[in-house]
This record gives sequence, structure tokens and C-alpha cells, in this order.
Amino acid sequence: MAIAKVLLVDDEIPFVETMTKRLTKRDLDITPAFSGNEALKRLKENDNIEVVILDVKMPGMDGIEALQEIRKRYPLVEVIMLTGHATVESAIDGMKRGAFDYLMKPCDIDHLISKVSEAAAKKRQHENKIIEARMKEITGRRV
Amino acid sequence: MNPGSHKKDPYYNSLTRKMILTVISVSFTPMILVSGAILYQFHFSYHEKVRAHLEELVKKHKQNIDYFLNEKLGDIRFLAQNSEFENLCQESYLEHQLATLQQELDPVFVDLGMVNAKGRQIAYAGPFKLGKAQYSDAEWFKQAIKSQYFISDVFLGLRGLPHFIVTVRKTFQKEHWVFRATIDFMAFNNLVENVRIGKTGFAFIVNKEGKCQTKPCLDIIPSKSNYMSLLQNGKRDIDKIYIVEAVDDFGKKNIYASAFLKSGNWMLICQQNKSDAYSDLYRAKKVAGLIFLLGGVGIITMAILLSRRMVSHIALADREKDMMNQQVIETGKLATVGELAAGIAHEINNPVAIMVEEAGWIQDLLEEEEFQEGENLEEFQRALKQINTQGKRCKEITHKLLSFARKTDSRIQVVQMNDLIDEAIGLAEQSAKYSKVVINTNLEENLPFIQASQTEMQQVFLNLINNAVDAMDSKGGGTIDITSRLEEENILINFADNGPGIHRNNLARIFDPFFTTKPVGKGTGLGLSICYGIIKKMGGEIDVKSVIDEGTTFSIRIPIPKGRLN
Repeated sequence: MAIAKVLLVDDEIPFVETMTKRLTKRDLDITPAFSGNEALKRLKENDNIEVVILDVKMPGMDGIEALQEIRKRYPLVEVIMLTGHATVESAIDGMKRGAFDYLMKPCDIDHLISKVSEAAAKKRQHENKIIEARMKEITGRRV
Repeated sequence: MNPGSHKKDPYYNSLTRKMILTVISVSFTPMILVSGAILYQFHFSYHEKVRAHLEELVKKHKQNIDYFLNEKLGDIRFLAQNSEFENLCQESYLEHQLATLQQELDPVFVDLGMVNAKGRQIAYAGPFKLGKAQYSDAEWFKQAIKSQYFISDVFLGLRGLPHFIVTVRKTFQKEHWVFRATIDFMAFNNLVENVRIGKTGFAFIVNKEGKCQTKPCLDIIPSKSNYMSLLQNGKRDIDKIYIVEAVDDFGKKNIYASAFLKSGNWMLICQQNKSDAYSDLYRAKKVAGLIFLLGGVGIITMAILLSRRMVSHIALADREKDMMNQQVIETGKLATVGELAAGIAHEINNPVAIMVEEAGWIQDLLEEEEFQEGENLEEFQRALKQINTQGKRCKEITHKLLSFARKTDSRIQVVQMNDLIDEAIGLAEQSAKYSKVVINTNLEENLPFIQASQTEMQQVFLNLINNAVDAMDSKGGGTIDITSRLEEENILINFADNGPGIHRNNLARIFDPFFTTKPVGKGTGLGLSICYGIIKKMGGEIDVKSVIDEGTTFSIRIPIPKGRLN
């Protein structure tokens, strides 16, 4: 089984393609997307995506807007912001709006994987807690 | 300021000239107009006054003299009419009459005489022995015989003394006889001689031919031509008084007032030197001229001084403006470059990221079995590693570029400069040790806390220390002296090294972005321009002084906000 199911969003197609190859090789299940809108579409299609790697600066819907949408629609999905240096502030802004973390381009692949793992773990933990809560609820009802 | 510097500037010269001219013309025009108008009025009215005075004087004397002459003529007429013809021909009677006249009336009668139609004096009474004198050729006789009454011009006559005579014609036995009386010239002369006007004014009488009928005054020989022209002018109206101004033979300007006497036969002339007549006017003119001159000198001096001062103020203001413009341009340039840098950094980041990732992908692939046997595997790996390293270098460059445009952490905190300096030294110590550079500090204690961004200040200090260390690395070591002190309302921090110094040509560009003297790949040329931007943003100044082979000193001046001194 893959380490995590990841949606990789960046408007730079070669970057997405290469990263997809490299990350897939490192046991990540990657779904590529090239814009904010496409990312939302992919999330809608695949409800098992755990982590979104989101570029901050994109034409059209940018990373921050996409982040807000994602957090609104899929609160359990963790988002890692990916940024060029010029948008460090917006990355911080993203953190405040509920992103899991941010990374600077070009980033170390291993570092990225560890972040993704953490994010996935956090997501699963959340999910587990929810399941537990539900179970408690259900068991509580039974009692 | 240096007044010599703007003097050379033709712009300021012409400005000074224009201001001086404007001030002078504005001041002088009303002054000239007012004083000119007043002076003209005064001149005019004073002339009127002088002329009126002269006219009055001449009129009075004309009346006096006319009265005198008519009186004498009247006396003689009375005598002639009230005496028997025979008596008049007797010398004893004449003597008696003369004595009576001299006693009772006037001592001006000198002698009396009776002349017959042939010009022979029949009877005579007087001090001169003139009995039987022959007058038939005398000018006066020719005229006297023709008219009832006659007053002659002054002449010497037989007695050789100037005199004039008054005659009355008598008719006896159808023959004309002439009864004559001689008037004392001196007595008559006094009438006129006593007329004195001012210092140079005097009066005299001339006849139609322009001969003096009185003793001309003083040593002045009256200029004949002037009187002649007066006489000719005056032909028109006997009762009128004429006043003219003319230049006499000595080149002196005179005023002549003239009036006809003796029914237009004689002329009374009052002559006065113009300078004397108008002396008050001339004095007033002199005083006015002096005041005008002094005032003018004052105005010109003031105009020059004021204009110079104004222009020097303007020059100073211009220079300040230029400096300010220079600073604005400088700041603007830095800001533009900053924006450009940020844009470039961001744009470059993506391709670099892709390149690094592609290299990483190749590396990933190389790890697979089939490539492990390849003979160039090591070369591949080395090249890929190199790509990775260079990618990281690009990342660093863009890092710096972006921090030049945007501060990574510009949160303002209350900081103590000395602590920041110490921290920066701590960070740089390792590399300094490598380069055999000793860092000495002389920090003033109790520097006030100021508000600044900690990271930014550290960036500045580190930059300056690293630059100094780098500079001295080639030299094989040296020292950096860091001092901080409080100066008025500024904190002054100096970084002085004894490195190779900075060349004069480079010194001016040292704060320009992308300017570097380091070899390609070693420096971005952004360090000092970032420092510059940070210090400027705080309202401070950063300055550099450098002497080749002796060292370079960077000075930072950071203002302490008011109220924080305590």
C-alpha cells in the first residue's frame, strides 16, 4: 500500500510530471492537477485523497483560494503549501488558514516525503478519532 | 556654504544681475520722478520769484529815474517860463537863480546857460568858465534846438567831465533860444549806483547807442552785444519790462532786466549773475543732488547685498533640492531593482525547481539495477550532484534577491544594538578564525534600546563583518574594530577593517545592487544594497570611507526616536 494518497497541484506541468514520477517511485499515490479548479475536481472524484501539495502561485484560482475551498469542503484533507520565496508571506498566511505546513521550492525530496507522511498520519489520526467518536456514539446508543 | 562656487555659475550670475537691476529700477524710478517733479516745480517758482523781484526793482527805479528827470526838467521849465527873456540872458540873474535852485530845490544843478540860435552861449552861471562857448556843433544842441524840451545823453563836453544837460527852448523875436541846465552826473549816478541786488547785481543806464550813461559798477565791463539786443528787442513797448538771460563776454550767465527811460531813449538795465540770483535754488539742487547720490549709493549697495544674499540662499536651496532629488532617484532605483529582483527570483525559482527535480529523477533511475553496471555511473552521479549543488546555489541567490525586496522577518522589536553586534560576531567568528581575522569590539555600554527588526539588523552586521573578513582573506588576516557609541540622538556604529581598501571608482557604486568585486559565483552584489535598504528604511544612514592599503570603515547612524533617550 502507498504511503499516502496525494494530490499534487502546480501550474508548472514539467514540475508536476517529474515530481509525480519521483514520488510514485517512493511509494506515494500521486494524482496530478494543474490548477486550483482541477484540484477541486480531482478531490471530488477521489474521496480517498489524504494530502494535497499545493503551489501558492498559480494563474486563475491561486493556492490560497484553493486552500480555503479545500478546507471548507474537505476539512479532513491536509494541505502542504509549496512556494517560491516571493510568496513566503502567503505561505504563512496559508498556515494561518489551516495548511499543514509549507515548503520552499526547490525542495528536498526526502523532506517532502516526510512532511507528506506526517500530514497523512495526522489525517488518519483525525479520521480514527472521528471513527472512534462515532463508535462511541453508536456503542453509547446501544447501551 | 561656499559663495565662490555659485559665483562661477552663469545662471546665478544672471539671476543676481536681474535682481539687482529690478531692485534698483523699482527704487530709483519713483525717487527720480518725485524728486524731479519737486525740483522742477521749485525751479520754476523760484525763477518766477527772482524775475518778479527784478521786475519790481527795475520798475521802481525806472519810476524814480523818470521822476528825477521829469522833476529836473520841470524845474528848468518853470524857471524858463517864469523868467523874462532878457533876465535869462544876464549872467547875474542866472547865478542868482542857480544859487536859489541849489539851495531851495536840489544841489544837482551844476550850472545854467543861455544859448542862442547860432549855438553861442550868451549867458552862463556855474563853476566852469564857459561863457561865450560855441555849441553850434554839439550834438545836444542840434537836437535841443529842434524840440521844446530835451534831455541829453551823458557826454564829456567842453569841460571834460561826464554830465548831461536839460534844455528848454525859448522863442524870442522868432528866433529859437535854448536854456540849458547841467545836471550833476554824480548825483544822478547815485540813483542807479545804489541799486544793489544780491552780491553781483547792479544797475546802469545805456543810451540808444549802447553807451553807458552811468558809471558801470565794479570792474565788470558790460557786454555791449547783450544790451544792444535788449535795446532792439525793447523797441516794441516802452512801458514794458523785459527780462532775458544771456551769457556775457566772460562766459558768465547773467540775468538782465531792462526798462526804457526817457521815452525810450535810455534804458535802465539791471544785471545779476545767474548763479547769484539763483543761489538758493542752486544750493537746494546741490543738497537734493547729494541726498540723491547718497540714497542712490545706499540703494545700489543694498540691492547688491540683498540680491547676493537671496541668490546664495536660492543656490543653497537648489543644491539641497538636487541632493534630495539624487536621494529620491537613488531610493527609486533601489526600489525598482528590488521589484525586478523579486520578479526574477520568483520566475527563476520554478525552472530551477524543475531542473533539480529532473536531475533527482535521473538519480532515482540510476539506482535501478540495469544502470548499476554502467561504466560511467560515477560520472553520472557526480554530474547530477553538481546539478543539485548548483540548483541550491541558485536558490540561495534568489533567497538573497527576495530578502532584498521583501524582508523575511521584519517584525519590529525592541532591541539592544550591542547584543545584536555580539550575536553577529558570534556567527562570523568561525569564518573569521579561518581567515586569521581578529575582531575587536569597543561598545559603549548602556546604549538605549531602539525599535528595529532583529533579523534585519543582524543581516546588516553579518554582511559588514563577512565583507571585511572576505576582503582581508586575500591579505592573509587583519583586524576588524567594531565600535558603538551614542552621539547626540543617534547610535553610531563603525566597522573598521585594515584590509586592502576599496578603489575610489568602486566606492561610489558600492551600494548599487548587483555590484560586486568578488569573482563570479562568489557574490551576488546584493549584500550591501540590502544593508543600505534596511538602514534607510529605519531612517538611518550608512556610509563608507576607504583608503587603499589602509582599510575601510563602514559607519552606520541610526536615529533614536524622540522620547526613547530616557
